[in-house]
Amino acid sequence: MEKSLNWSEFIITRLIKASGYSAILFVALIFFFLVREGVPTFGEVESTSLLNIRWYPIEDRFGILPLITGSIMVTFGAALIAVPFGIGTAIYISEIAPRWVREILKPLVELLGGLPSVVLGFLGILVLSPFLRVFLDLPTGLTAFTGSLLLGGIAVPTVVSVAEDALDAVPRAYREGAWALGATRWQTIWRVTLPAARSGVLTAIMLGVGRAIGETMAVMMVTGNAPILATQLGSLFSPVRTMTATIAAEMGEVASGSTHYHVLFFIGMVLFLISLGVNIAASSVVFRAKKRAERILS
Amino acid sequence: MKRSFSLNRHLVQRLGFTAITLMAVATVIPIVATVIYIFVQGLPAISLEFLAGFPREGMRAGGILPAIIGTLYLTIGTALFSVPLGIAAAIYLSEYAADTPLTRTIRIAIINLAGIPSVVYGLFGLGLFVLFLNFGTSILAASLTLSIMTLPVIISTAEESLRAVPQAFRTVSISLGATRWQTIRRIVLKEALPGILTGVILGLERAAGETAPILFTGAAFFLPQLPGSPFDATMALPYHLFVISTQVPEMPIQIQYGTALVLLVFVLTMNLIATVIRSRARAKRQW
Repeated sequence: MEKSLNWSEFIITRLIKASGYSAILFVALIFFFLVREGVPTFGEVESTSLLNIRWYPIEDRFGILPLITGSIMVTFGAALIAVPFGIGTAIYISEIAPRWVREILKPLVELLGGLPSVVLGFLGILVLSPFLRVFLDLPTGLTAFTGSLLLGGIAVPTVVSVAEDALDAVPRAYREGAWALGATRWQTIWRVTLPAARSGVLTAIMLGVGRAIGETMAVMMVTGNAPILATQLGSLFSPVRTMTATIAAEMGEVASGSTHYHVLFFIGMVLFLISLGVNIAASSVVFRAKKRAERILS
Repeated sequence: MKRSFSLNRHLVQRLGFTAITLMAVATVIPIVATVIYIFVQGLPAISLEFLAGFPREGMRAGGILPAIIGTLYLTIGTALFSVPLGIAAAIYLSEYAADTPLTRTIRIAIINLAGIPSVVYGLFGLGLFVLFLNFGTSILAASLTLSIMTLPVIISTAEESLRAVPQAFRTVSISLGATRWQTIRRIVLKEALPGILTGVILGLERAAGETAPILFTGAAFFLPQLPGSPFDATMALPYHLFVISTQVPEMPIQIQYGTALVLLVFVLTMNLIATVIRSRARAKRQW
């Protein structure tokens, strides 16, 4: 009896350990398969033509520059919206709102995080883009700007929840100290609480931007899908095509093993590396902040 | 002089608070408006035929049953893989792992899994499950892809709720002669269950609404019958909404809103269940 119990415990412990390591395995597997299908690109397309300004796969033109500028522009616009509104909402929830308002707001913002992006893209096509076309007097409502507006909304919940956690984690004594010195609540927020939470707020911004770069469906549906190199700010109001949307739109129609197929995986590899960079940077900010806090408190 | 300064800063505070409050309102109103708008526009489309019928006339009439069933299958399939694996990984991190470089690597890996764009998961699923393991475009391949995407959500929420169980519970259980695993299973897991469940449902909610990861791993444009095995492709609500709102010309607007509403209700119900479980557990908790 005793012995069989030990055996099953031994096996279960092993299984749990293996599951714990699985996350590393999956990241490695994802990278391996992206590299495996993406790296042949270098043998098939010259690197100078990869950096060309024309993306036209039917004529074997695989310049990914317009896709990169498309992604950058849409993401930049999204960040302009998501960062102020996300951090503002986080400050409101954590520092200003009465308790009952907080209890309503938090689940609502969480709800936005749970809305499928395809539903937002759908409303983007039917409601937002016709409105913008008339309101801004554009030839089409399917533009980078429309994508930025939607993406901003999609990135907001990420920014709010991470930034709010960071503000929440600031010890109450910091605020009380500031009040005792005669600071108003507003001064306390700006000069004490926000600076104390800055690494967490920075993380929130990075994760929000990461979320925006990687978003696919909503962007594909509302940005008009035109792989045109964006050279000026005015391109914000014309159609663009992002890296994610290109993969989603074209992968279904290519023969596996073709050059086009390999280039799409190569773009996936670039996206993977971007998100890896963003997330490692974000977690190292948190890690350093933790170290600093430990030093101060000890 | 002094007086005007103090008046000033209170004025600044009032202006600042108003601005921040307006920002919060501006963030929340579109969320509420979106949900209400889809309900209002979509409700007239809902009928028994719409929910329980097959699409007809190139999907321009009839129902969306295959898409509803498909999303159910995909959600259940995702749960089958990601729930046991995710909870086990959370147990490892909270109960077994010491703070070693390896553990930190696991944490970084989890953070990265959470950040990988959904369409890249789709590429990965295509490369590994569909082509390399030869599962084909199938429910199995799509579920496995969605599982790996869901994993970080489940692991991090489950770990958080396992860690919230007071250390004294474990100490007492061990001192009464229970083994480590018995302690985890009968004491720690039991106490952390509501939190874990919340995380699981929120993770699955995200999987149910995703389109990009299933685009090339399991989603079908149109199927005349329900999928018969895990190796069949399937229609799914989010992909169906994408198809009928961008790929099918002269699609009746009502069917589009109806489909959006069904998907929204599917997701909102899961969200609501998670919220209720969480707030109940919070109210009941005595430690």
